[in-house]
Amino acid sequence: MFGKLTWDAIPFNQPIPFATSLGVIAVIGAIVLLVLWKGWTRYLWDEWITSVDHKRLGVMYALLALVMLVRGFTDAMMMRSQLALAAGGAEGYLPPEHYNQIFSAHGTIMIFFVAMPFVIGLMNFAIPLQLGIRDVAFPVLNSVSFWLTASGVLLVNLSLFIGSFARTGWLVYPPLSELAYSPDVGVDYYLWALQISGVGTLLTGINFTTTILKLRAPGMGYGRMPVFCWTALASNLLIIAAFPILTATFAMLLLDRYLGFHFFTTDAGGHAMMYINLIWAWGHPEVYILVLPAFGVFSEVIATFSGKPLFGYRSMVAATMGICVLSFMVWLHHFFTMGAGADVNAFFGVMTMIIAVPTGVKVFNWLFTLYGGRVRFSSPLMWALGFMCTFVIGGMTGVLLSIPPADFVLHNSLFLVAHFHNVIIGGVLFGAFAGYVYWFPKAFGFTLDERLGKAAFWCWLVGFYLAFMPLYALGLMGATRRMQHYHETGWQPLMIVALAGALVILLGIVLTGLQLYVSIRTRAARIDRTGDPWNGRTLEWSIASPPPPWNFSTLPQVQGADAYWGMKQAGREAAAQEPEWQDIHLPRSTPVGVVLAFFATFAGFAMIWHIWWLAIVGIAGLTVTALAHAWRVDSEITVPARDIAEHERRRQRP
Amino acid sequence: MSLADDLTTPVEGDEDKTPYSERGPAPVDVVAGFGFWLFLLSDIVMFSAFFAAYAVLVDHTAGGPDGLKLFNRTYVLIETMCLLLSSFTCGLCSLAIERRDARGTYLWAAATVLLGATFLGLELSEFSRMIADGAGPTRSAFLSAFFTLVGTHGLHVTLGLLWFVSMMAQVATLGFRPIVVRRLLCLTLFWHALDIVWIGVFTIVYLGARW
Amino acid sequence: MSEPTTTAKAHRTPGKGHGSVAGYLAGLGFAVVLTLTSFWAAGTDTIWEPAVPILLAALAIGQMGVHVVFFFHISSGPGDANNFLALLFGVFVVGLVVFGSMLIMANLDANMVPMDKLMRMQR
Repeated sequence: MFGKLTWDAIPFNQPIPFATSLGVIAVIGAIVLLVLWKGWTRYLWDEWITSVDHKRLGVMYALLALVMLVRGFTDAMMMRSQLALAAGGAEGYLPPEHYNQIFSAHGTIMIFFVAMPFVIGLMNFAIPLQLGIRDVAFPVLNSVSFWLTASGVLLVNLSLFIGSFARTGWLVYPPLSELAYSPDVGVDYYLWALQISGVGTLLTGINFTTTILKLRAPGMGYGRMPVFCWTALASNLLIIAAFPILTATFAMLLLDRYLGFHFFTTDAGGHAMMYINLIWAWGHPEVYILVLPAFGVFSEVIATFSGKPLFGYRSMVAATMGICVLSFMVWLHHFFTMGAGADVNAFFGVMTMIIAVPTGVKVFNWLFTLYGGRVRFSSPLMWALGFMCTFVIGGMTGVLLSIPPADFVLHNSLFLVAHFHNVIIGGVLFGAFAGYVYWFPKAFGFTLDERLGKAAFWCWLVGFYLAFMPLYALGLMGATRRMQHYHETGWQPLMIVALAGALVILLGIVLTGLQLYVSIRTRAARIDRTGDPWNGRTLEWSIASPPPPWNFSTLPQVQGADAYWGMKQAGREAAAQEPEWQDIHLPRSTPVGVVLAFFATFAGFAMIWHIWWLAIVGIAGLTVTALAHAWRVDSEITVPARDIAEHERRRQRP
Repeated sequence: MSLADDLTTPVEGDEDKTPYSERGPAPVDVVAGFGFWLFLLSDIVMFSAFFAAYAVLVDHTAGGPDGLKLFNRTYVLIETMCLLLSSFTCGLCSLAIERRDARGTYLWAAATVLLGATFLGLELSEFSRMIADGAGPTRSAFLSAFFTLVGTHGLHVTLGLLWFVSMMAQVATLGFRPIVVRRLLCLTLFWHALDIVWIGVFTIVYLGARW
Repeated sequence: MSEPTTTAKAHRTPGKGHGSVAGYLAGLGFAVVLTLTSFWAAGTDTIWEPAVPILLAALAIGQMGVHVVFFFHISSGPGDANNFLALLFGVFVVGLVVFGSMLIMANLDANMVPMDKLMRMQR
């Protein structure tokens, strides 16, 4: 009846996961009760859960990412504290069984459910506004994407309470992840969660590529698009090209595990190295999927807070598209030591060094933008400056690792761990936070507290260096990644420093939360009525904050790059004469996204636990929902011209 | 959402001299067609991973039968002809859709479905013969890759058939409304894309079995 | 979504509004001829054997081109720029994944003991 699912799946005898699960359930229960008690159900359902508004979805993505950041960071704290303790003969407090799940979950969550949703959330929020349009190309699909991502999040976190997670590392390399060596449900949780959220990500890629290429305000040619849109375009093209490879690779592993196929098994001719080859053909572009939009955020922030147009716009675009292509030609550097010959290793090593060139171009462009500008050191710019210092170090250690002989020494060591945290925290996460602080006032109509924001930034920056510089040293000393304890007591002091760094980052996270709380409490004092708190350059700053559901009351006519800056320079003509407002049609909210995700979650859970009847129910539910949606006729609402006129008049009033 | 409405706002200056990229948001059917085109490309990239797996594992027969022993070219030629003809009937179907000719649409869609189903039947009988001969997907890595690659194509054909059926129901109940026509356009594109994948399959898998 | 009140000539969508019975017939004809040639080439002894795979690849690529032109109606004209560039990008990635994987795996197999032999050696 319930497949492999029995009471043994609940970790009654493991205090840490059990207590955590109870805590999480209590918190979720409390939130549900609060919502019911306050009578917010209707509001949440109508305005958020069923919303197809890209701005709402962007906010929900960011919220999901922040919550998952806390989850992933908890795993990080456990690892750091374990390693600070488990030196010499000591075993620490996390048994290997549990520890292996923690580092696997940490990597999976941080990449797929923090970095990805955060970046996609920023794209969701900002791109239609920057392009001067009213929504993305496929608004309903956008909602489906979000809810499928949420479904993946739910499945990964469910593994904490029911069953266990993969013990194989974040990319579940076979043959370890094959049924013979990982017979329990951990790898299945991983695979199904990522297959479901991967579909969502692919749809996002299609949606945004179409939006950027086909829907731009009149006059916004390619040479006038904000750089964030360019980097997002590159990133979404990479999603379209890379995520199908991931889907196919996971499908092969699933076939091995469920139907006894022999793609990557050790017997019957299976070839485990093929998995590693394919997964990195996705994995390297994925790195750029994450970091390119962050580059875009920094470009916007640096230009805005320098009060200058971005230096070298064309070279920035060329570098972005160059990275988009080159990122598909370096994937072997993730497995230099797997045994390819010197010729092949050398080729991919050289390609890896070449891909650093466009990134270098970008860094110089940012520096020259700052040079001679009227630089305002607000917190978005602080993140950008912190990024530039930190990311360059990460880039250099990356080029170091791209030399195959050096990689033979350093692979699988904490040096590598330090390197990729250096680029992902210093690049992607700093970018996400810069974007969060930068666009928050646009989304909610009031600014975030600067003092707490800067404090959070400094904690992150200092904490990052304290936590990861020791890991570089430890890696050079021979400490490997994914070790649960070590005999070399000489490593312990550096491990303790790294733990201290993690604690400083913890303070940074707490301060970020506090900043949000304080800013909401004092929002009356920090309200922004102009819609343009930073003296911005792009179209999103030309409308009210928060923007109305239709974004632009009339579509802007773009005359050049930095469209809004140009309009401000030319002076607003609109004040003299009110245009004739017209009705605007908007996509109607629909629950199809959340309902599809509901059934997908059940189908995924059923497949994980081999509950075949429930899987059939889930798939039938998906089919029926999709068909029912296909027969929906009334897919639009009309905002009457009167309401638009009213909105605009209210904006003009002081 | 009427992004397209905004096209009525004329671009300043001579319409024809405005660069393509500056003419404002594209009409809805162009947007939908382009989005689906991107989806098809992503689908083909997914197939490329299965092709890569097949190409790498083709010699990993683990002592089991290889392609030369298993495949019947005449059979594959018939399958191929079914698909090619179905692409043709699918094209005629799209012409009928452009004329808003419901009877023609049903007729050519039915022909397409029939040809597609014949293809699928042939493929399934080939699969069942192989499995009965002990050459199922669990026999060797080569056969795993073969069944996955060809089976994924077959799965796409199946989904295409189901999509055809539901679209005919849409035409019958909703008529040729713009949204239905857009979906029909996507469906015909999907069907043509299956052919492109199949060209790769018969060339690499079936005809390539000699090398 | 509501329908456009004007049709912009700026963009074209794949597969739309450019078909004719003659076009589809031509596409079918080319495809059938190319397919039959492929099957013939794979089975015949009249062609120098090492040339056959190259011929098959050329025929397959040609036939895919026929499908793209006659069934998808993709051209390299200005209105089709996005469609065409997207296609090029797709072809590029497909080529990299297939040929890159084959190259890398062949190189690995040449340098390393294959997995199944390794397992047999351990027994």
